Amino acid sequence: MIVAKRKPLEQIEAMLEGFNKILIVGCGTCVAVCMAGGEKEVELLAAELRMRSKLQGRPRTIDEMTVTRQCDKEYLDQLAKHVADYDVILSTGCGAGVQFLAERYDDKIVLPALNTLFIGVAEGPGIWSQRCMACSECILDQTGGICPMTLCAKNLLNGPCGGTNHGKCEVDGQKDCAWTLIYRRLEKLGRLDLLEKIQPPKDYGAMTKPGRFTHEAFQQAEQHEE
Amino acid sequence: MVAALRDAFAQKEFVVTAEIGPPKGTDISDLIQHVELLKDKVDGLNVTDNQSSVMRISSLAICRVILDHGGEPILQLTCRDRNRLALQSELLSAAVLGVHNVLCLTGDYVSVGDHPQAKPVFDLDSVQLLQTVGLLNQGKDLSGSDLQGKTDFFAGAVVTPEADPIEPQLAKFRKKIAAGAKFIQTQAIYDLDNFQRFMEQARKHDVKIMAGVVLLVSAGMARYMNKNVPGIFVPDKLVEEMAQAPKGKGIEAGIAIAGRMIRQLRDEKLCDGVHIMAIGKEGRVPDILEAAQ
Amino acid sequence: MSEARAAAPFEPKVVAYCCTYCAYTAGDLAGSMRLEYAPNVRVVKILCTGKIDAVLLLRALEDGADAVYVAGCALGDCHFQEGNLRAIQTVAHAKKLLAEIGLEPERLEFFHVPASAGPLFAQRANEMTDRARRLGPNPLRSTARQPAGGKLARQPDPHPPLPPAKHGKLVHHTE
Repeated sequence: MIVAKRKPLEQIEAMLEGFNKILIVGCGTCVAVCMAGGEKEVELLAAELRMRSKLQGRPRTIDEMTVTRQCDKEYLDQLAKHVADYDVILSTGCGAGVQFLAERYDDKIVLPALNTLFIGVAEGPGIWSQRCMACSECILDQTGGICPMTLCAKNLLNGPCGGTNHGKCEVDGQKDCAWTLIYRRLEKLGRLDLLEKIQPPKDYGAMTKPGRFTHEAFQQAEQHEE
Repeated sequence: MVAALRDAFAQKEFVVTAEIGPPKGTDISDLIQHVELLKDKVDGLNVTDNQSSVMRISSLAICRVILDHGGEPILQLTCRDRNRLALQSELLSAAVLGVHNVLCLTGDYVSVGDHPQAKPVFDLDSVQLLQTVGLLNQGKDLSGSDLQGKTDFFAGAVVTPEADPIEPQLAKFRKKIAAGAKFIQTQAIYDLDNFQRFMEQARKHDVKIMAGVVLLVSAGMARYMNKNVPGIFVPDKLVEEMAQAPKGKGIEAGIAIAGRMIRQLRDEKLCDGVHIMAIGKEGRVPDILEAAQ
Repeated sequence: MSEARAAAPFEPKVVAYCCTYCAYTAGDLAGSMRLEYAPNVRVVKILCTGKIDAVLLLRALEDGADAVYVAGCALGDCHFQEGNLRAIQTVAHAKKLLAEIGLEPERLEFFHVPASAGPLFAQRANEMTDRARRLGPNPLRSTARQPAGGKLARQPDPHPPLPPAKHGKLVHHTE
């Protein structure tokens, strides 16, 4: 899922400076799973902000609403009857959610409460690590299911480099060398022959931003309308 | 005027190269002194490319300086700082300026250098860079376009004979040769038994192998490299030998060790040459060559 | 009314979240043993301290408690295996949050209180009450949603206590 983490409270407070009616909008999907911006985290953030402002003698209205996802218009529509009551919307969605919210309610100030980190997995409760960088050209079939674009600091397609050190990466001794991992996995799977193939230079054109993609089924529908 | 590196390999049994590290700045007076000192004593001079991710004069400029002084330069080209356009452009520029030897490297990561916040490029890796050199040599570039005038590079790469685990390293070694590497300069070696084992694998391929020799200047340096540099292992008895040297005479012990190793590699025909790395002590390279007689 | 309150010495309000299997049982034992301890402590019985999350702890303080503590089983004795371990982490995290908010982290604590430790139960109750007395009244008392008398006069919370993920519901806080 998309992994994000909440911004430091100080940063959020600085963004909210001068605003008295705040609606915190949570998201029930990725950021709820990584415990950054789901309903519970929104409740916590609201409590923290309320207590802060009460202690400083300037009480603010801080209300909460969590929608299923902020990246789908139908869920953002649910906010329509409420937004007029607030000066500012603090979104605990990922960067995509915040932007979609801001686009939908483009006459409201929409602020991000999170820093979006990466596409990742849960290694254990509260521990998330990156697995994919959405490079648009998946070669996991050729690397035994281990991604060199993501796990190799230098995103080598023909690795390892000379800095590999007993299976660890020269950049961060705590991190595994992706290509040593790939070697061991292919060895285990009996597919070391895949390593002899020289991977050609990557087509970074596929990753040109901002990306946009229309599903085939809907492409035909577009043509039909013409 | 020194012969071209590829001719040296064709004509001699044992080829020797050394290394020049460009300075950070525009004062190349010391560098020119080292070039003058070494140019006729070795078959080629590598010029490093922002070595250890520390910003310096580019390798190409110094390669041209070496040519101006009658030496034989080897352009080191890493993938860290340049995308495929800049890499091909640099190669064409090198050819035009008279540089015909290129060592293709991946390059250290930016975090180890003095600009750790820089954006690392790594558009290509060393294998793809070797393939690119091959394409330019055939008069084509990576986009498939024809070149107006092709290059004639003698391309090389590096390998770490003491990498642990060794198998992924060997797989990459094979790929580099398949991609067009004609000579290999290894990471520093100190244990000739281990090196011989590596050579048993390497000899299966049609490529020239030059053993890397790094000049030790103190026991502390040996211990530091053992601890911090991947793939370098200085055996205990050599660390001892360095430690026994009288105070201030560490480098003499290092020179003796280097000389001894080169002599053995040459006399026992263990490989096709040596690449001497004496970072910061380029002036002592002639002493190493002498100790190897 | 408030003047009368100001004249009287400050009596702290302490909330103790106690797990069923250990701490609450110890509380029962303290009662059977007729042990006396500070009457300031309001005991909240929960199944396991593992259920505690930061919001519960902050809520207690936001609602005017002067100190809050979580009492759970000894290490290795948690009836639900790791509940107490989670609670220790949660309390540690919540203390950091309190510091950020501007409240003293000492107002919050975790204690191990085994089921047989009646006297320890009483001791911790007194300890936290004294600590709260020393720290002084919680500045949030004046803005607490409950009246300071301690009577549960709060309006029904539109936010249910143990919600399933109820998305699309506006939670409005009335002050």
